[in-house]
Amino acid sequence: MADLRTILAGIRSPNPFWLASAPPTDKEYNVRRAFQAGWGGVVWKTLGEDPPVVNVSSRYGAVSYNGTRMAGLNNIELISDRPLATNLAEIRSVKRDYPDRAVVVSLMVPCQEESWKAILPLVEDTGADGIELNFGCPHGMSERNMGSAVGQVPEYVEMVTRWCKQYTRMPVIVKLTPNITNILAPARAARRGGADAVSLINTIQSIVGVDLDAMAPMPVVGGQGTHGGYCGPAVKPIALRMLGDVARDPEMAGLPISGIGGISSWRDAAEFLAMGATGLQVCTAAMHYGFKIVEDMIDGLSNWMDEKGYAALDDLRGQALPRYVHWNQLNLKFRTIASIDQDACIKCGLCHIACEDTSHQAIAKIRSGDERRYEVIDEECVGCNLCAHVCPVDDCITMMPQPVDGVQTWAEHPNNPTRGQMADAG
Amino acid sequence: MDQTPDIAAARLSDDVLARNFADAHPPLTANQAVIEAERCYFCHDAPCIEACPTGIDIPSFIHKIASGNLRGSARTILESNILGGSCARVCPTEILCEQKCVRNTQDARPIQIGALQRHATDWQMAHGGQPFARAAATGRRIAIVGAGPAGLSCAHRLAMHGHDVDVYDARPRAGGLNEYGVAAYKLADDFAQREIDFLLGIGGIVLHPDHRLGREITVPALRDSHDAVVLALGHAGVRSPGLAGQDLAGVASAVDFIAALRASPTKDDVPVGRRVVVIGGGNTAVDAAVQARRLGADEVTMVYRRGADHMSATPVEQEWAQTNGVTIRRWAAPTHILGADGSVTGVGFAQGAPGADGRPVYDGLPFTIAADMVLLAVGQVFVADPLDGSGVSVAGGRILVDGAGRTSVPGVYAGGDCTPGPDLTVSAVRDGRDIAEQIHADLMSISFSQKA
Repeated sequence: MADLRTILAGIRSPNPFWLASAPPTDKEYNVRRAFQAGWGGVVWKTLGEDPPVVNVSSRYGAVSYNGTRMAGLNNIELISDRPLATNLAEIRSVKRDYPDRAVVVSLMVPCQEESWKAILPLVEDTGADGIELNFGCPHGMSERNMGSAVGQVPEYVEMVTRWCKQYTRMPVIVKLTPNITNILAPARAARRGGADAVSLINTIQSIVGVDLDAMAPMPVVGGQGTHGGYCGPAVKPIALRMLGDVARDPEMAGLPISGIGGISSWRDAAEFLAMGATGLQVCTAAMHYGFKIVEDMIDGLSNWMDEKGYAALDDLRGQALPRYVHWNQLNLKFRTIASIDQDACIKCGLCHIACEDTSHQAIAKIRSGDERRYEVIDEECVGCNLCAHVCPVDDCITMMPQPVDGVQTWAEHPNNPTRGQMADAG
Repeated sequence: MDQTPDIAAARLSDDVLARNFADAHPPLTANQAVIEAERCYFCHDAPCIEACPTGIDIPSFIHKIASGNLRGSARTILESNILGGSCARVCPTEILCEQKCVRNTQDARPIQIGALQRHATDWQMAHGGQPFARAAATGRRIAIVGAGPAGLSCAHRLAMHGHDVDVYDARPRAGGLNEYGVAAYKLADDFAQREIDFLLGIGGIVLHPDHRLGREITVPALRDSHDAVVLALGHAGVRSPGLAGQDLAGVASAVDFIAALRASPTKDDVPVGRRVVVIGGGNTAVDAAVQARRLGADEVTMVYRRGADHMSATPVEQEWAQTNGVTIRRWAAPTHILGADGSVTGVGFAQGAPGADGRPVYDGLPFTIAADMVLLAVGQVFVADPLDGSGVSVAGGRILVDGAGRTSVPGVYAGGDCTPGPDLTVSAVRDGRDIAEQIHADLMSISFSQKA
C-alpha cells in the first residue's frame, strides 16, 4: 500500500486529493460529507468582505461531447455569497472535528492592504491550516478589480502575497490564473512575494456555447449570458502544460505546487504528480459524480504506485519533468510507424479515411469481395499517430518506434538557417 | 378425442387482443435514439451499407440522428428507400445491415440500425410530410401492375422524375405484402396505409385497386396505353404440400390467415383453433404461429422438415416464436392430415434426422400432433398465368429479366418477388427504384434521339 500522505507548504493531509475552492466547499454540510467520503482536504470556497456578493440564478454551462456529459464545465458563479461570520464559524467547527484533514481557506478582498490585514486574523482564528489567494476568478470579481484582475498583473500578485505573509503565520498558497500569456510571470511574482506554494490552474475565460433559440451565450440568465470560467476534463491539457512550465522553471525550484485542472481519475492524478505537483485539487469530477469518486482516486493511485514501485508521493513527484523539453531538443532522427493488428481490426475504416483525407495517404484500403483489409504503407507513414487515435479498438493500432541512428535536433539540422547560432535551446 | 372442431373467434377479450397485436417492438425514445446513434463509429466504406439491398447511407443517417438533424436523417434514408419506414419494421436486419456492423466484432452488440431508421422515418412522417418534389412533367405515363413494395417504390421514383403513373392491383387495398402478408404487430397502427399515403404525397400517382392482370387489364393493352409497363406482381399463389386430408375443414393457408388478421381492426372476428399446427419454416410460418398464439390458441406447434439452420425464418424470428410460446419441431415431414366428420383432428408426421450427407432421412417412428386447425406455410409462388400470350418470358418460376429489369418484351419491365432473387421487402423496394431509374433513362434517351 503506497504512502499517499501529503505535506504541501507544511499542510498535512492523509492523501493528496483536496476539493478545490468551489461550490462543493461552500458550506460545512458539504465539507463534512466530503471528509466522510475520504477527501484529504478542502480549499473552502472563497471568502470576501461583507456584505456578501450576490449570485445569479442559472450558473453553469457544459460541453457534452458525443454522449459524454460535462467534458467541460463553465460557471458564472462568484465567491461565497454567505456572510463572512457564518463561513468562519463553520470552518472552525469542521476543522475541530477533522484535525487530520487539510482545511485551507480561499480569500479574495479588495487590492488594498487594510482589507487583507483585517481578514487574515479572522481566518487564522478558525484554526484553518492555510490560505489560498484567489487571483484567478475570471468573471464578476475581476470587473471589481479582484480575482484575475490581480492575477494578471505580476506586481499586484507579489504585493498582495507579501501583505499576506506579513499579517499571518499561516502558509500562503497563491492560485494562478491561466488567462495570461506566460504563466511564469505571476508564478515568479508569487515566489518573490514570499508564497509558500502556488496552485494552478484556475478557470479559463470562456463562453461554453450559444443557445440558438434564445440567441444568447449559455448559461442564459433572463435572456442574456456572460463569459465564465471553464474547467473539467477538457482543460486538463492546458493545466498540465502550465504545471510543467512552472515545475521545471529554475526560479521556481523547490516551491510546492498544488495541481488543478480537470483531474477526474487516479490516472489524471498520477499525471499531475509526475509533472511536478505535490498536491492535487479536484472540483468538476466531484460535481459530476458526487464525493464518492475519491475512493477510486485513492485506491487506484495507490494500486498503480504499488505496481510501479513508488513507495510514496515524493518518489513519483516530477518523474516526467526531465523529459518535458522544448521542441527544438527533440530528436529529429526518431521515427515511429503505425502497425495494425489485423486480428483486432474491426474494419471500420476510420484509420484509412483519416489518413487518406487529412494526412499522408499511408493506410491502404484493400478489398477482395466482401473482405476489407487496411494496411499501413510503411514508406509513407510519418508516425503522426492520427490513425491510432481514431481507431475505436484499444491497442489495435500501435506505434512502433524504429531503430534510431543517432541524435539530431533542430539546432544541428541542415534545414535550420540559424544552425550554429542557437547557443541555448531554451 | 374431442371430435368437434374447436375453432372460434374472440377467445380473448378485446383489451387483451389489442395489447397482443400492438406494436411488437415499440419505438426508441428520442433520448434512447441519440444514445444509440452515438455508439455508431461512422465507418468509412461501411459494411452495413453494402449489406442493405437499397444501399442506404447508414452511417450518415445515424450521424444526423446524433446531431439532432432528423429531417436530414430521414431524407438520407428515404432517398435510397422510400419505404424506409416499413423496412425499418420488417427487415430481417439481423441478417442484413446489423449482421455486418463492425460493432459485432468488437462487443457483439451491433448498432440498432432498424430501430434508428424507424426513429428518423417516424419523425419525417409526423413532422415533415413528403420530402421530395416532382420534376417538371415529362408527359410520359407508365403503368405498374402490383401495388406492393416494388410497385410503390417504382411509382414514387417515376413520379419524382416527372412521369405520370398508374398503379394497378388486384386487391382492394394497396401495399401488397406490407398490407396483407406481414404480422399485424410488425406494422401496427395502420402503418402500411399511412406510409402509402405519405408516399403518394409526391403526386402524379393514380391507384387502381381491384384490377387483376388477365381480367380487367392485360400486358398488351397496358403496353398500348402507356409508355412503359412494370410488372411487380409478387407471389400470388401458395405452394401446396399435397397432403391427403388437406381439404378438411380447419385446414387453411397461413397467408390467408395472416391477411384476415390484417383486415380485421379488432382481431376479435378472426377464428383460431385451440390446438394449431403450422407446417413450414419461414417468416410466414412464424407470423401465423405467433399470431395464432396471440389470438388465444392454447397450443401452437410449428413443424419443419429440416433443421434450424435450414429454416428461412432467421434465428431471431425462431426465437421470437419460441418466446411467444410456439413449440418448434424440426426434422419432421408431414405425411397426412387426419380428420373426422369433415374436420381436421390432427397431422401425421414421419420423424427424420440429418443423414450422412446432411439431407434428411425420415426413418424414425411416425407420430401425430392433435390439431383442430392446420395452417400451411410451405412457400409462396409466382403465378404466371396472367402473362399467357403477353410474350413475357418466364423461366424457373419467375419472370426473366436482364440486369436492368427489362423483360423479353420491349417497354415491359419487372422486379420484386416475381423476378429471381431474394424475396425480401427491401430487395423489392430496390428493384422498383432501379427499374424507375432505368425507365427514366430509357424514355428520356428515346426522346433525345427523336429530337436529334
